[in-house]
Amino acid sequence: MKITFPHMGNTYIALKVIFEELGAEVVIPPKCNKNTLELGTLYSPELMCIPFKITVGNYLESIEKGADTMFMWGGCDVCRIGYYNTLQKDILQSLGYEIQMFCLEPMKNINDVKNFLKKLSFVSGSKNYIKVLPIFIKGLRTLYEIDELDDLVIKIRPRELNRGAVDRLYSSFKEDVNNANGYKSIVETIRRYKEKLLKIEIDKDKEVLRVGIVGEIYTVVEPFINQYLIERLGNMGVEVHRSVTSSEFIKEQLDFIPFLKSDKEEVHRGAKPYLNTEIGGHARHTVGNTVLYSEKNYDGVIHLMPFTCMPEIVAGSILSIVEKDKDIPILKLVLDEMTGESGYLTRIEAFIDLLLNRRESKFYERDISWS
Amino acid sequence: MAIKVGIPKSLLFYEYYPLWISFFEGLGAEVIVSDDTNKEILDIGVKASIDEACIPVKIFHGHVINIKDKVDYLFIPRIKSLFKNEYICPKFSGLPEMIKSSIKELPPIIDVEINFFKSKKHLKDTVIRAGRYVSSSNRVIMSSYNRAYLEYKKHRKKIKEGIINELTGADIVKNNIVDVRKVMVMGHPYNLYDSYLNMNLLNKIKQNEAKVFTPEMIDDKYLNKYVKDFDGELYWTFARKLIGTALYLSHKECVDGIIYISTFGCGIDSVVGDIVEKLIRRNSRIPFVHISLDEHSGEAGINTRVEAFMDMIKWRDVLEDNISAHG
Repeated sequence: MKITFPHMGNTYIALKVIFEELGAEVVIPPKCNKNTLELGTLYSPELMCIPFKITVGNYLESIEKGADTMFMWGGCDVCRIGYYNTLQKDILQSLGYEIQMFCLEPMKNINDVKNFLKKLSFVSGSKNYIKVLPIFIKGLRTLYEIDELDDLVIKIRPRELNRGAVDRLYSSFKEDVNNANGYKSIVETIRRYKEKLLKIEIDKDKEVLRVGIVGEIYTVVEPFINQYLIERLGNMGVEVHRSVTSSEFIKEQLDFIPFLKSDKEEVHRGAKPYLNTEIGGHARHTVGNTVLYSEKNYDGVIHLMPFTCMPEIVAGSILSIVEKDKDIPILKLVLDEMTGESGYLTRIEAFIDLLLNRRESKFYERDISWS
Repeated sequence: MAIKVGIPKSLLFYEYYPLWISFFEGLGAEVIVSDDTNKEILDIGVKASIDEACIPVKIFHGHVINIKDKVDYLFIPRIKSLFKNEYICPKFSGLPEMIKSSIKELPPIIDVEINFFKSKKHLKDTVIRAGRYVSSSNRVIMSSYNRAYLEYKKHRKKIKEGIINELTGADIVKNNIVDVRKVMVMGHPYNLYDSYLNMNLLNKIKQNEAKVFTPEMIDDKYLNKYVKDFDGELYWTFARKLIGTALYLSHKECVDGIIYISTFGCGIDSVVGDIVEKLIRRNSRIPFVHISLDEHSGEAGINTRVEAFMDMIKWRDVLEDNISAHG
């Protein structure tokens, strides 16, 4: 059995740990690239959202590399994520591939976790699902380690003294972690690079702009879809905070377990005056986190959404009053396969310029033009 | 003076108007329904709403602006789920918030949550919460609801009456009345019955000597029977109805053509439209066309496509099936 899964930022490292520890052969799809998107767009329904198209592309590229079993997260939400696996199975089968698919359903109680572990144990071939539990926890730990590393990276990047030091380190990290196998060596690699990162020379007192990123999880986490937004902002000297990450998402899914705590309640408190109910996807989080960012005095918020994403359309509509109420600039970026790079860059640069000017006029003496 | 309750003539109004109107009228309120969709409503709606929204939601904004100054209350329920284990669409659940954030100077909104995802047990609470805006007596509210529900059932029956027999094809084939072609127009009810949005599509088909059918004309029990064959979970009410219709039609082959109307940017149609098209093309020989609508209302393009489609159906009568295989 050669197992594969779609890319979502760095989640693949944790999934690799889980499936390798289970004893399956893992085929990691090539990093998302233009070909992935083109393949995916070719076989997907026209008005489908971009995460679907990318995941179809990932599967097709993995199948070329020999994969025969697909893993997908999905399940029943108000948005169309629950139809992903039905459609994907259909697309792959009509292309003539004989593949197996299994899906991670959303977990609401202990029983769901048990069912998921049972599904996982089918990969390893053993019938004892209790044995799978420690492996699942190892995967979660890896995910936390990676997200911690990523958070560190986006904190240090705008403050580095030698331009490009973080990016160079990060690309060599990617290489090393891809060559590492198994939980132990992968976690060791992550920790080693964390130490290296902390040794990078930084300007501690540098005044940087702080921008929060809200929106649909896939567009926030996968750098290919958001056109390396976080890296770009960092290199412009902006400190970025991601409100949704894969580890936080899983924490929220599993927070019925007593020792796991998530920021869910805090986010819901923020969203309460504007949207006090779950409407699917990440809409409530988008609104709530925007409010929280304004309370934490962030300079601005960037709202990412795939084209035609239903929950984010509602959120975007609500954000227009949040923007006025809380006096925080919001840039909405809608992403799809047509998104051109230059137009996108221009908008981001203009937004950052606006934030800089705003900060000057708000917090410092107003600059008087010399000309 | 009676309290004026305004209902925008858009979205699920087309499905539930007998229920909503007679419920509020039974409570002694004056019900004001917005005008039929027209160019003005479309334009102000497009201007008021977020750019990415689908056209029915934009039109809804227009209808709200159309009546907001004439009424004491606006009835915009938060419709989350109408049937067990089924949702509607995220935009329907967030509709009151969308309206509140995009339109200013609104009258109070009756934004009761309609959520039967787990069970219909709290139907009474929902009804009373909606009625409380107009009447203070629970007894009056419930009896008004019961009467309104009867109205609604009568309306549903009228839609289905006699038509389901025609659709199954049994009577018609027996009587050899084959000169009338039958075309099924599929889509969300608010796309099918809003004749400004779909540019009078239903009448255009009628003018082409064909009878029009819509998914609402098929009894739910047939839909639910056929939808069981579908491999995959169906958690949208629209998805169950439309995919059920597609399975039913591809099995019975009782219509001469199928037109699927979707709107640009509709998340549900991006999935359901694709599934329906594949089901019909794989399992049957019924001609199928998918027409997608948006606010750029160029009617000529729609005319051309409908006429071409109807011509194709007519040619089938002449060119196919009449030639003996034995020469």
